[in-house]
Amino acid sequence: MTTAPQTLAQKLVARAAGRAHVLPGEIVTASVDLAMIHDSGGPRRVRPLLAQMGRKIWDPSRVALVTDHFVPADTEASRAILELTREFARIEGIAKFYDQQGICHAVLPQHGLVQPGMFIVGGDSHSPTGGAFGAYMFGVGATDMAGVLALGQTWLTVPQTITMEFAGRLGPGLSAKDIMLFLCGRFGMGGGKSQAVEYCGPAIAALPMQERMTLANMTAELGGQTGLIAPDAVTVAHILAHGGAVEADWQRWHSDADAPRLEHHRFDAAEIAPQVAAPHSPANSRPVGDYDPTPLDLAYIGACTGAKLADMRMAARVLRGRRIARGMRMLLAPATLRDQNIAAEEGTLGILTDAGAELLPNACGICAGYGSARLGENVRAISTTARNFRGRMGADSSQVWLASPYTVAASAIEGRIADPRAYLDPEGAA
Amino acid sequence: MSGRIWKLGANIDTDALAPGKVMHLPIEGIASHCLEEALPGFSAAVRPGDFIVAGENFGIGSSREQAAEALRHLGVRAVIAPSFAGIFYRNAFNLGLPALICAAADRIREGDRIETDLATGQIRNLTTQEVLVTPALPPLLTDLISAGGLVAYLRADSTAPRPDPAGA
Repeated sequence: MTTAPQTLAQKLVARAAGRAHVLPGEIVTASVDLAMIHDSGGPRRVRPLLAQMGRKIWDPSRVALVTDHFVPADTEASRAILELTREFARIEGIAKFYDQQGICHAVLPQHGLVQPGMFIVGGDSHSPTGGAFGAYMFGVGATDMAGVLALGQTWLTVPQTITMEFAGRLGPGLSAKDIMLFLCGRFGMGGGKSQAVEYCGPAIAALPMQERMTLANMTAELGGQTGLIAPDAVTVAHILAHGGAVEADWQRWHSDADAPRLEHHRFDAAEIAPQVAAPHSPANSRPVGDYDPTPLDLAYIGACTGAKLADMRMAARVLRGRRIARGMRMLLAPATLRDQNIAAEEGTLGILTDAGAELLPNACGICAGYGSARLGENVRAISTTARNFRGRMGADSSQVWLASPYTVAASAIEGRIADPRAYLDPEGAA
Repeated sequence: MSGRIWKLGANIDTDALAPGKVMHLPIEGIASHCLEEALPGFSAAVRPGDFIVAGENFGIGSSREQAAEALRHLGVRAVIAPSFAGIFYRNAFNLGLPALICAAADRIREGDRIETDLATGQIRNLTTQEVLVTPALPPLLTDLISAGGLVAYLRADSTAPRPDPAGA
């Protein structure tokens, strides 16, 4: 049978639907390889819905459960939610239960659970992160997830594909976060049109896995259903090194050159400057040089988007042997416990704490408005996180600028928005 | 089925449908604030069987499913728009609210009487005698609507057909 050319997104959905070929706009029923839920949108929401249906989880071995939102329990309410979550894991027999190990989007890849070709549904809006591994992964609400847990299937409109191609290489002091803020500034938060966004080109291929995850992660802010990067040797090596398996013919997971796209945009990565998004939207992104001196009170290195090991290393490149400005605070919430342990062993964590960072738990924390470190009245913060909506990270009067770990670190040193490229020693230049 | 038409513009967001400030309330409370800015008096005046006809990108914003649930709670028969935000579109069917993609939605006027046929995707304007075409819904989605949403559809005692992994 001759098959018409397909995008990576079409191929992934077709496989999950048990078909050779699917067309954008078609509605198909897809089998779910893995369902990811967390303590906020997971058990406390889906357990009553499953009870109403009179159904059990279709296959507990295909469910991953992570506690990361109400962590650590600092109120009676959050303690009760965590207890409910643990009880659910025990009663339902969920072996892939990661309790207080870090943020779900960063924890699953540490166990090699996200693999090319998989169809994964996540109960969190940053679920597109898994697309960095060539899996079709997207976020849904509680009713949707209850249906997935009951059936192991879900329905899906086959997406069109928007291709973002980056030639060249990012300059020193630039990162995936800058690419994504650049895209949010260029296309706005609706730029993804609820379709699949695929990132490709030499600049993307040069990114290590955790950087690719940052890019796929913020497809949520770009408005795509999922963000995909075709797997390559880097992907496969990462999965194998983390205990996962990769099918022999993983190289089929790429877009055919002549597959029709909804849009195809081409950029030169070398032309991207460090980006900063002004309050209160990632779409307010502009080059760092466009900002007047903007005084800051706080720098935050946190979240699945911005506090993985790769992110902490970027901040440490800038902060090595330096201190944050007098009057500034810098908060560090490593995305996972494992990344924190590696950062501690190799000295990255020490560089950051010597520079003045205060260490917070491995959790979503203030990025999602949780915990006692929430921003107070009128606080002006620069953050490695994904969203700077009004009031999301604390008081309505607080203001958040989004930037890369390099830029956040440089800004912490100066106490105002700063270009990180002046702080990179040449020997470590990327 | 022929209710009143409520017309709306483009980019009606989830905060307009289910305002953040009332999200802590049960669905009756959220529904009483539904569209209060865009269509003052809507929640008191809307009747079961009425339709919403809107512009592009209906339901943009957050993933909160109460945006669709509020409309269904108020008895809205269907939302007709040229395009929907992806998460809202999923939530609508999962909550039992038909979302019909119709490029020519703006040809339906306030005061018109219409009939919809989900299986064929036809919208018949009884006032103008015009027939508008929308993509036919696959059986899975019409089954979700008939059942009253995904939870009811998946009740163990439901007699609704199960999805077929080989495709709908």
